[in-house]
Amino acid sequence: MQEQLINRAKELLADGTVVRVLGWRRGDMDYNPEVAYFNSADELSDFVYNGFCGANLSKYMIEASKLEGKTLVFLKPCDTYSFNQLLTEHRVDRDKAYIIGVGCRGKLDIEKIKAKGITGITAITGGPDQIKVSTIYGDHDIDCKDVRLERCHVCKGKEHRVFDEVIGESVDTRDADRMAGVEAIEAMSPAEKFAFFQAELSKCIRCNACRNVCPACSCRKCVFDSTKFDSAQKANTTSFEEKMFHIIRAFHVAGRCTDCGECSRVCPQGIPLHLFNRKFIKDINELYGDYQAGESADQRAPLVNYTFEDAEPGIVSERGSK
Amino acid sequence: MAMMKISREAMPALYARIAAEQSLILPVKTAGQTNFAAWDEGAEVDLCTLKTVKSAKDAFFPQSENLYTCKTEDKKITVTPEKLTDEHFVLFGIKACDLRGIEVLDKVFLSEPIDTFYAARRAHGTVVAMACAAPSESCFCHAFGIDPTAPAGADVVIWPVGESFMWQAQTEKGEALTALAGDLLAAAEAADETALEEARTFTKTVMAKLPYADLSLEGWGAGKTDEKFNSPVWDTLYKGCLACGTCTFVCPTCQCYDIKDYTTGAGVQRFRCWDSCMYSDFTMMAHGNNRTSQVQRFRQRFMHKLVYFPTNNDGMFSCVGCGRCVDKCPASLNIVKVIRAFEKAEKGETK
Repeated sequence: MQEQLINRAKELLADGTVVRVLGWRRGDMDYNPEVAYFNSADELSDFVYNGFCGANLSKYMIEASKLEGKTLVFLKPCDTYSFNQLLTEHRVDRDKAYIIGVGCRGKLDIEKIKAKGITGITAITGGPDQIKVSTIYGDHDIDCKDVRLERCHVCKGKEHRVFDEVIGESVDTRDADRMAGVEAIEAMSPAEKFAFFQAELSKCIRCNACRNVCPACSCRKCVFDSTKFDSAQKANTTSFEEKMFHIIRAFHVAGRCTDCGECSRVCPQGIPLHLFNRKFIKDINELYGDYQAGESADQRAPLVNYTFEDAEPGIVSERGSK
Repeated sequence: MAMMKISREAMPALYARIAAEQSLILPVKTAGQTNFAAWDEGAEVDLCTLKTVKSAKDAFFPQSENLYTCKTEDKKITVTPEKLTDEHFVLFGIKACDLRGIEVLDKVFLSEPIDTFYAARRAHGTVVAMACAAPSESCFCHAFGIDPTAPAGADVVIWPVGESFMWQAQTEKGEALTALAGDLLAAAEAADETALEEARTFTKTVMAKLPYADLSLEGWGAGKTDEKFNSPVWDTLYKGCLACGTCTFVCPTCQCYDIKDYTTGAGVQRFRCWDSCMYSDFTMMAHGNNRTSQVQRFRQRFMHKLVYFPTNNDGMFSCVGCGRCVDKCPASLNIVKVIRAFEKAEKGETK
């Protein structure tokens, strides 16, 4: 598929449809391609598309929308939800994007590979169902389904929600219940919940990677970047303020989060940040009916769409309803 | 000093014995991730993890710490400076790269004007370094002349060999810790020393096969500011950068901090916390900010490590090749990619 993508990108550059390509460039390891712009056919020789291209390129289109001319962007099915959501929020310009929906058979999580005790990796070959990880210490054959990104276990399906053309086959890799993790926490006692979040959030180093990668976090100036706010950007000496960051962020993206999973993918401390967002998604689904942010650019989100039938969530309404 | 050994089984007893006298900081696994933390009975010690997520620098330069506290009562304001530490502690299991990182921090914090908070911790800490047995693909400490099988600058060095750890004191502080360990240690035998040498040789063989084994720092170092600063390479390199602070916060040598006030209601805590040159308010001053774009911020980080720091510190790089930025950058950018991109561009130019 990679060759097909490169060839099509070259055509679109040559006929002037696009002036640049936003994609993934081959890294210095087989598992770390980086997000990159390609401005010419020559540069595309470093273009790569494989199981490690998990990065969602939608958010980069905010900046690309400000550039002259059209940008060719490659979006996987789940990435297109983010693009739609950004369209809804008027953060990207549809006319500045030429979208190739790329086929996706699930993306791989290098952290899960390393968690198997595998180190000294020199090459990763094969796919799409099996990979061979060669290391200095010996080789390993791995089933891709054992090392997929968390998001792929709750795959949104093979359909691209916005595109100009589609290249490649997709596979629905869903094999888990999306809300199981949330339900497990809901079932905990308050003390257990506190211990769980304490252990997870105490690892946070306030690097802001979750926020910066998040397509829903597209404010020009984040409140946490203000120098006049106690819960600012950096690590505070009180752990309470630290937790505020994640709680405020979860509230702010509620109803807009497409559950793309980038926050959990990039967290250097492996904090399952998606659980916060999924709790809100679950609540919204239960209170207002099933809703998937980014499914289309035309839908109105429940939290900004007033109807007379709206639920009145809260302690008071719960009391009244029982 | 004499080579001793301690069995893996005896390690929990050693931790308890040290912790009974002073606090013990070592790699502990919490919620799936290993970081340096204080030992207690329930701690899941993970000594053999090659790279803790954060480096060991928190032990001397914590991510955030109070400097002083102001309290208002009636119409009186009291200012209480934070007490400098006067308690001894042991930092256990630091690797050779992180240890060089401490050497870098020493250059910054122990030169005039001396940082008293840092100096107090340095004076009260005993450092036990552990040699690396199985380097990972992202390791490149050798590029900075570091031998991961012989950590330099520790009070005690230990080596994992089979079912034991070899143990050798390097300083007087190390001798004191050896005395505290007492009967948990035994004298190493000739066979142990042979096994140790074999283990070291194996590690070095691995180092030579690593993907970054041939990484060259040619062209970087003291006085290279003009050559690198205006290079067009930066303009393409930074594009994927998310402007988060992951690289800075997992780095063993990043030393920049911010000083902030936290309003507690009845007063103010003045604290300092790690800062990141990737952040928009980094070095914000009354006149504004001297770096207004991400390409400038991105360039700053690597220029500091590879040019400015060596320029000001007799050629010493402030990268130690631990590879944490390689492992953790959410955008898969890292210092090796920077070094190699320049190498490629410079070779291209001379063609």
